[in-house]
Amino acid sequence: MQELDTVGQGSVRVTRKSDKLVILEKDLATEQMVLAMGPQHPSTHGVLKLECLTDGEVITEAIPCLGYLHRCFEKCCENVDYPAIVPYTDRLDYLSGMNSEFAYALAVEKLLDLEIPRRVEFIRVIVSELNRIASHLVAIGTYGIDLGAFTPFLFCFRDREIILGLLEWASGARMLYNYIWIGGLAYDVPTDFLKRVREFVAYFRPKAVELQNLLTENEIFVKRTHGIGIMPADVAINYGWSGPMLRGSGVKWDLRRNDPYSVYPEIDFKVAVPDGKHSVIGDCLSRHLVRAVEMEESLKIIEQCIDKIPSPEGFNSRSAIPKRIRPKAGEVYSRAENPRGELGFYLESDGKSTKPVRCKARSSCFVNLSAMKDLSKGQLIPDLVAIIGSIDIVLGEVDR
Amino acid sequence: MGNSLNAWSEALIGFNLLGLPLGLIVIAVIPLLFIALYSLTYGVYGERKISAFMQDRLGPMEVGKWGILQTIADILKLIQKEDILPTSADRFLFVIGPGILFVGSFLAYAVLPFSPAFIGASLNVGLYYAIGIVALEVVGILAAGWGSNNKWSLYGAVRSVAQIVSYEIPAAIALLCGAMMAGTLDMQQINVLQSGEYGFAHFYLFQSPIAWLPFLIYFIASLAEVNRAPFDIPEAESELVAGYFTEYSGMKFAVIFLAEYGSMFMVSAIISVVFLGGWNSPLPNLGSFALNTWTNGPVWGAFWMISKGFFFIFVQMWLRWTLPRLRVDQLMYLCWKVLTPFAFISFVLTAIWEIYVP
Amino acid sequence: MEEVKEVSRLVQESTAAYRIICEQFGEAVSALDSNDTMPFFEVLESGRWVEIALFMRDHAKLKFNYMACMSGVDYPTEGKVGIVCNFQSLALLNHKLSVKVKCDRAGGCIPSVSRVWHTANWHEREAYDLFGMIFTGHPELKRILCPDDWEGYPLRKDYKVQERYHGIKVPY
Repeated sequence: MQELDTVGQGSVRVTRKSDKLVILEKDLATEQMVLAMGPQHPSTHGVLKLECLTDGEVITEAIPCLGYLHRCFEKCCENVDYPAIVPYTDRLDYLSGMNSEFAYALAVEKLLDLEIPRRVEFIRVIVSELNRIASHLVAIGTYGIDLGAFTPFLFCFRDREIILGLLEWASGARMLYNYIWIGGLAYDVPTDFLKRVREFVAYFRPKAVELQNLLTENEIFVKRTHGIGIMPADVAINYGWSGPMLRGSGVKWDLRRNDPYSVYPEIDFKVAVPDGKHSVIGDCLSRHLVRAVEMEESLKIIEQCIDKIPSPEGFNSRSAIPKRIRPKAGEVYSRAENPRGELGFYLESDGKSTKPVRCKARSSCFVNLSAMKDLSKGQLIPDLVAIIGSIDIVLGEVDR
Repeated sequence: MGNSLNAWSEALIGFNLLGLPLGLIVIAVIPLLFIALYSLTYGVYGERKISAFMQDRLGPMEVGKWGILQTIADILKLIQKEDILPTSADRFLFVIGPGILFVGSFLAYAVLPFSPAFIGASLNVGLYYAIGIVALEVVGILAAGWGSNNKWSLYGAVRSVAQIVSYEIPAAIALLCGAMMAGTLDMQQINVLQSGEYGFAHFYLFQSPIAWLPFLIYFIASLAEVNRAPFDIPEAESELVAGYFTEYSGMKFAVIFLAEYGSMFMVSAIISVVFLGGWNSPLPNLGSFALNTWTNGPVWGAFWMISKGFFFIFVQMWLRWTLPRLRVDQLMYLCWKVLTPFAFISFVLTAIWEIYVP
Repeated sequence: MEEVKEVSRLVQESTAAYRIICEQFGEAVSALDSNDTMPFFEVLESGRWVEIALFMRDHAKLKFNYMACMSGVDYPTEGKVGIVCNFQSLALLNHKLSVKVKCDRAGGCIPSVSRVWHTANWHEREAYDLFGMIFTGHPELKRILCPDDWEGYPLRKDYKVQERYHGIKVPY
């Protein structure tokens, strides 16, 4: 007896009887179905399209198709001056504009070899850590929605609203700030800003615990994420993963610690990695837990920054901003730890023009998403949703 | 007592006007009207307000005081919406699907005893009929999902059929425990048997030490039967867009919506009839304070029945806005490996209790 | 101004790493451009790029397991397009090094390293999409950000946007 496979017809079991093939039994002919998940789908977090080949509920293959939100960031950058790129960087990862601006400002400052006033550095860290919390709140909240829990999402948005209010107070905008400029800041923070931030930190601590109780301690939530979408550490590194994704796989790697920039070396915080007690290292739950811990670490960083920040006397947030930004010829690859991972800017200057010859944004989501094909193989559709949610993509950054 | 029980309904049946059986129409219309009003205004409004309360926000506030007329505005909107019929949909199934769903969820109202004096049809197999008729919904969902000719709808429909058919087993066995305690399948009779001067103490939930088990099993299974969270995988909005009703719009969508709220009340009513005394007042007579006697009667009965139904709807909403959704395989695991065995255990234990403990 | 400048740690480490590669491959790689911001060397024989990549990844003293970034770059004056790759030995040796590989503008090829670092897969697709160099041996080399039937390579300096795309006027 032998098994013959005919494509698309199900398997047929046959036996050989005196040179004749006799069909013993025939499975029900099953077909694989091509399922286009997105670009308009509630849980692809924007306009991602996944072309899934499904066998019932099981995904045989999921191929991500990008580009629906491609806004020619890199082409635009080649046509505007260095400072004019800052607003474009906001639109990369629109959930964490401050961090993107920070990363870009760092890159140009490295190229220019600029010295930044200390107060500017602290304010930058405070606003970008606030933005990190806001971004993680969206990540955690939408992850809840992906798994069917609606309420945590609104709790997250309630608290995010306060952060956005604070950032709006400082910069005048709620999402696309244009606040961190090359060599300085658009404005100093308002008078009572730091006091309010401290109040927020005190307010948010218990709320973060409540959020954790609602999600991480929920049996169904744990069942849906525990052991799903496991990514081993070495493969994660090979895939170029960074940020909470890489830490979720158990690699203690945080650019704020391992490749420090700004005032991070002076600040004491913990790099969150899963301990393997609550989750399988590298699964969706680990990544979720890492984000949750990171929010609390960000609170710690903010508190330390408020303690250490120099007084605003005689401070001009634009004092170090060069009149004309024309770096000497050279290249730089500079990166910063964004909520979603490593946001790097590769800048090439020819030394003559005030525009970069080449500006490439190395987006963390783009790289993290590239592992989707491997991660999704053989998963159920609900698990696929859980995996996409745990990658926490922002399509603005993927497609640029 | 049995004869006077359905006094209103029986009087109404005999009421003819100009040869029209007006009474029958009234019997059919009153519960339906109530349910339609309830589900469209207070069900939806309640769901939105309760979810808002749980999520630290206000909910609808604009239309009328506290947004109380919001649902009416929504209905007006839905009526005006274009009724889209997808080109590649199976016209017949697509149209008939919501109809079957709607009829299926409301047919069971016929046997619900709304008060000691009012029941649509006092069948001697009322409970059996109620369990059976719920299964009709599956046909509607399958028709809607298949007829939409949409892959997401198909997924929703297939999931739904698997889910509802599976969960009917523990649900029916759990209800059988109640029927065994009553010794009848007549819904009105089950209520009568639970009345007494000690109020809640006569309810079947408190009559036997095992009754909480079938009560819990039926409640969980009923969540799955009406596709409520955490078992809302047939519509699972984050996975399947909207499941079997992805392609529906306008009034057809509203009808599906209505049917969902209708079934929510139906299962809540069944659980309160079988385990919580239906229209019986839960208040006991305390000496000269004859609370039970005072709070019983046809009108009070309707009040208790509807309150109990609303209470379970509230619990359903509470769960929906708290819990994440189970996965398909976990759902099946829960049904076949947890609920069904426990339902059988509770069935056997109840039988033993009924035989050996007077 | 003092001209005596301390050589930064970045340059020191990169130089050490480069020496190992240089010993192995000699003429195939250029001298190290040890600038302060991004020390890099160029692969002169682009055909040996995969070999060099594997060596960089696996050599015990290099261990460049992490490709941070790969950017396509256009060099119109040289008549070339190329890629700039930024490597780091993540969590192991922590040194960094950057590599440039160039090819002809018209129909040039660069061997694909997507089998060495998975992350290169999408980066190479992006570079192909925007600059038009061919990555030989890439598992699925097709456009990633632009539509599949887009004309031209947008980030080349001489790129002219097409007039119409499916009947839609493009430049506006």
